[in-house]
Amino acid sequence: MAIEVRIPTILRTYTDGAKAVDASGATIEELIGDLEARHPGIKARLVENDKLRRFVNVYLNDEDVRFLGGLGTPVSDGDTVTVLPAVAGG
Amino acid sequence: MLTISRELVDQIIAHATADHPDEACGVIAGRNGVPERFVPMENAERSPTFYRFDSMEQFRVWRDMDDNDEEPVVIYHSHTATEAYPSRTDVSYASEPGAHYVLYSTALTQFRSFRIVDGVIEEEDVKILEPGV
Repeated sequence: MAIEVRIPTILRTYTDGAKAVDASGATIEELIGDLEARHPGIKARLVENDKLRRFVNVYLNDEDVRFLGGLGTPVSDGDTVTVLPAVAGG
Repeated sequence: MLTISRELVDQIIAHATADHPDEACGVIAGRNGVPERFVPMENAERSPTFYRFDSMEQFRVWRDMDDNDEEPVVIYHSHTATEAYPSRTDVSYASEPGAHYVLYSTALTQFRSFRIVDGVIEEEDVKILEPGV
């Protein structure tokens, strides 16, 4: 079960510079757990208190997972997950 | 240093002026550090003190850049009551270390550019290319 995860520039320090990595899991949460096992440290940049960080966007294929089921959103083989830090400021 | 055409500078200023008193924001996509394609973004916060790209719009724009082998060369936003200098929030959410962060103050008609990397702000010179030069 491989799901492609696209990694933004700012998190590529965790993936040895790779723009996309494979991970597996049945939900976004499991996928992030698997990512953490392969690329230690990355989870804390995505998740805080068991929720997605407010200024991190995670997309399953073409949809923001916030509008699906959040961390519990099911994922399956062949899906693409994209991580993008929100562009924001004051 | 940021080198940018007069036309793009004018587009940023026009967008910021149109959305005043709310903050305006957007991207200029390009290649090899050259800003070329102006992409005004919706400020999902519609706020005079905060901006945030709409997440779905950002997804589409970032995917188009990827498909075109472009990068976000410039990320711009306006300040509508204060100077064109990155706020603490700007620094804490700055997530594109390769981008020029352009700020335009509609209150002071200031146009300035910065690098924001690992929480450190560095102002840079702006060279504006005039048409026909």
